[in-house]
Amino acid sequence: MTNRRDFLKAGAAAGALALASPALSRADALAQRMAPANEPPAMDPATKELLVEALNAATMGGASFADARIGRYRNNFVVTREKQIVNVVDTDTMGVGVRVLVSGTWGFGASRDLTKAGVVAATKEALAIAKANALPAADRVRLAPATPTPDGRYVTPHTVDPFTVPIEQKADLLIRANTEAMKVTGVRFVNSNMFFVKEEKNYANTEGTFTTQTVIRSWLPFAATAIKPDGSDFQTRTNVIQPAARGYEYLTDAKPVENARKWGEEAAEKLLAKPVDVGRYDLVLHPSHLWLTIHQSVAHPTELDRAMGYEANYAGTSFLAPPREKLGKFKYGPSFMNIQGNRSEVGGCSTIGWDDDGVKPDEFLIIKNGMVNDYQTTREQAPMLDWWYTSQKRPIRSHGCCHGDNWSSVQFQRMPNVSMLPGATERSYEDLIAATDRGIAIIGDGSFSIDQQRYNAQFGGQLFYEIKGGKIVGQLKDVAYQMRTPEFWNSMDMIGGKSSYEMGASFFDGKGQPGQVNAVSHGCVPSRFRNVNVINTGRKA
Amino acid sequence: MSAPKSLFGKGNILSPTDMMSRSEAQAFLERVVKLSRADTISAQIGGGYNGNIRFAANRISTSGGVSNSQLVVQSGYGPKHAVVTTGDFSTEGIERAVRQSEAIARLAPDDPESMPLLPPQQYSDVKSYFDSTANLTPADRAAAAHTALDAAKAAGDLAAAGFIIAGSGYSAIASNTGMYAYHPTTSANYQLTVRTNDGTGSGWAAADHPDWKQIDFKAVSDRAIEKARASRNPVAVEPGRYTVILEPQAVGDLVQLLAFALDARSADEGRSAFARTGGGTKIGEKIVDSRVTLFSDPGDPQLLGQPWTGEGLPLGREVWIENGVLKQLAYSRFWAQKKNARPNGGLGAVKMMGGDTTTEQMIASTPRGILVTRLWYLRQVDPRTVLYTGLTRDGTFLIENGKVTKAVKNLRFNESPLFMLNNLEAIGRAVRVAGTEAGGNVVFPTLKVKDFNFTSLSDAV
Repeated sequence: MTNRRDFLKAGAAAGALALASPALSRADALAQRMAPANEPPAMDPATKELLVEALNAATMGGASFADARIGRYRNNFVVTREKQIVNVVDTDTMGVGVRVLVSGTWGFGASRDLTKAGVVAATKEALAIAKANALPAADRVRLAPATPTPDGRYVTPHTVDPFTVPIEQKADLLIRANTEAMKVTGVRFVNSNMFFVKEEKNYANTEGTFTTQTVIRSWLPFAATAIKPDGSDFQTRTNVIQPAARGYEYLTDAKPVENARKWGEEAAEKLLAKPVDVGRYDLVLHPSHLWLTIHQSVAHPTELDRAMGYEANYAGTSFLAPPREKLGKFKYGPSFMNIQGNRSEVGGCSTIGWDDDGVKPDEFLIIKNGMVNDYQTTREQAPMLDWWYTSQKRPIRSHGCCHGDNWSSVQFQRMPNVSMLPGATERSYEDLIAATDRGIAIIGDGSFSIDQQRYNAQFGGQLFYEIKGGKIVGQLKDVAYQMRTPEFWNSMDMIGGKSSYEMGASFFDGKGQPGQVNAVSHGCVPSRFRNVNVINTGRKA
Repeated sequence: MSAPKSLFGKGNILSPTDMMSRSEAQAFLERVVKLSRADTISAQIGGGYNGNIRFAANRISTSGGVSNSQLVVQSGYGPKHAVVTTGDFSTEGIERAVRQSEAIARLAPDDPESMPLLPPQQYSDVKSYFDSTANLTPADRAAAAHTALDAAKAAGDLAAAGFIIAGSGYSAIASNTGMYAYHPTTSANYQLTVRTNDGTGSGWAAADHPDWKQIDFKAVSDRAIEKARASRNPVAVEPGRYTVILEPQAVGDLVQLLAFALDARSADEGRSAFARTGGGTKIGEKIVDSRVTLFSDPGDPQLLGQPWTGEGLPLGREVWIENGVLKQLAYSRFWAQKKNARPNGGLGAVKMMGGDTTTEQMIASTPRGILVTRLWYLRQVDPRTVLYTGLTRDGTFLIENGKVTKAVKNLRFNESPLFMLNNLEAIGRAVRVAGTEAGGNVVFPTLKVKDFNFTSLSDAV
């Protein structure tokens, strides 16, 4: 990897690279694919100088703590439908965000002006806001200690940087996949995209931490729509490939061209599916579906800012509150339910070297043997649970869940990868179906909605299969299940083993005001839930 | 319209280059357009400053000020095109963006639906820039936040959580066909949730206007507090079909979502609620109650939107539903050409005509019903019927014998705005609402509808 001597003119350097990149030949791409493991670059000196400038201005202005982030955020989109291109878009933004703590009160300022004057102006904005908002003594922010990292470097493990793959190669792959799906009788429309993210992030704080990190994420949204010949129904099969923090190879390894016909057939088969009879069913949920249920009903309620009321005006609070009444006391699910927070799983969209507090994230059990064991935290939040960590003889430290989605966004608590650990017994999705007498198996995530305390949720899906006597007897449609979180998780009676573990992900988990998005993954195994309320969503009036 | 004086340095812009006047933006974009070596180029620029303050649990939390701009360049060679954006406005940065968009466009496959750039257009003038908003300071925002914080703290049994964001900005577009459009705007939005410390009550209120002076912080605070207290100790009711009175915010939350379904192409393709079985669309058919009229108009004094689209197409008054009849669907320029229709820019700022029934009259005429403050987490369940699910939030009340009698637990619904607008009983005054999930400038009335479909109870407060 080249040593970017001048990140700031890389507008210039990297821009020139990007300019050349569309012309990169397949051979070049292949050569890159065979390149050795990614070597994280060192922080560019000019960038470091600006970060120090901001920190000095903050300290001079009365800040007891400050951090600064200079980042370059790029997206690449290739949009197609059927046999044609719709658009190609490259976005690129670079700037500085400075956060200061003055008398225990936060302030934040951000600007795209990456000159000394620009970063100082952003710092002054942050200082002015902190001073205007001065908190009473009792309300002041306390930060949990963190070990300084003087030279932290990280890069997402990947084989092919998607930003080096020629545009025509990306478009060709999508259009070939679309063409395959269109061969299926009844499939009339296909929409597919490629969506890549590259974030080059530099962080420094007044405690001596300097980190430089590059994050890459890849996604291929694909939707095939089949229409009944008489026009009386249409059905779509989508969400076929989950987003991941991996390179371009992840998308080619998912074999979109080879699988597209199957996805098309699944759309067409939905036209023939039987409308579901409302009632209670045992549900066998595939990881491609269950990840989203975990996201909504386990990962969100265990965000400490929600539990403490800090998201009350937007994303909501949590039924898992107050922490004093829940930690070590609330039975979330059966004893074999273990849910881990981490920012270390390879391919996990939240995986990173250091968070936006400068903290190295750890792996922590949120649900341990079915009981509530922890919440997702930042440095500001960890001290709120000091009584619990002390009683557990655990250190009072942040789990490293601080994140801002751009240089222009203030960092706050965001979700790490929140994953369900496999069961001790090796069981597959098929084993769970075979063990079920009357139920519905669900593949893929569909519509989702949950209340502001994460009690009442409703989930659709992509493919629904009726199970009778341990066998799949046909496809269903218009299925959605409604649940109340504690009863739902306590009805889980069987889970898959290690080899059935898969990850699903969202590129766009929304939270905060102003709204920010977060990309996050959830690993899990197929699981069975007893007696869940299923409704039919196919209404006529 | 010439830019207000305050654009030239008086407003609280962190970085002065992030706010350009009409002539500055035009000179800048002309420079970009001149760099082009492609057949076509269109360049858009947008920038500005936003300051915000956030509070929760009766204390100020994160707050910030952000200055930013973005240049968007689209280059085309015949049917090939590509878009590149940058925030680097140095001479090299601009040139790089233009060259990169050209390089990618050359390599992109042909787009058989690409449309020629528009020639110069006539735009209407919408005044949505107000000095009162542009000149705010951190202290002004803090003082506004304290209206609610101080009231909640003084009460002793309440916790306030809220967000105020206000700023100024502009957008402009130019092309090598001589088109140029410019629009400066300010915005101010305030949303407030007040919860009771016993955890059983939650109330919400909000206000939104380009002019900071139009936002009554005390009124928002009083309303959220009143809702919080009234919503304490909710009782369970059986889910099912109810007569509901939806306040404007709740109506906006659900009916605004029709905008995403009113696409002409999807209807012509047979994959929309507005496709007619057997082919064609439902244009000209009566689709909802004859009292329903829905339109877009950036110049409407309650909407004040940008009077042109991202392609520079002028936006005027477009009526989508008139007296219950579907008048038109949203046509892109390509689809309009193919179907011999007029491109109409789609539904941006949207307004439903109000009526003259007061909320009190609606309640008084209801033997048994539910009063809804707002809706939450709306997600489409079935595109064939525009069926959405979601929940009530922050103030849901039972009406018995013409009176609001008690707070009820929140309810999940599975309902379509199309079904709902066919079950209309009464229409109230249309107001600008402040917090729909889809966002944007939206104006909706209070509605009373029968047979609204609640499918389950929620314990969430």
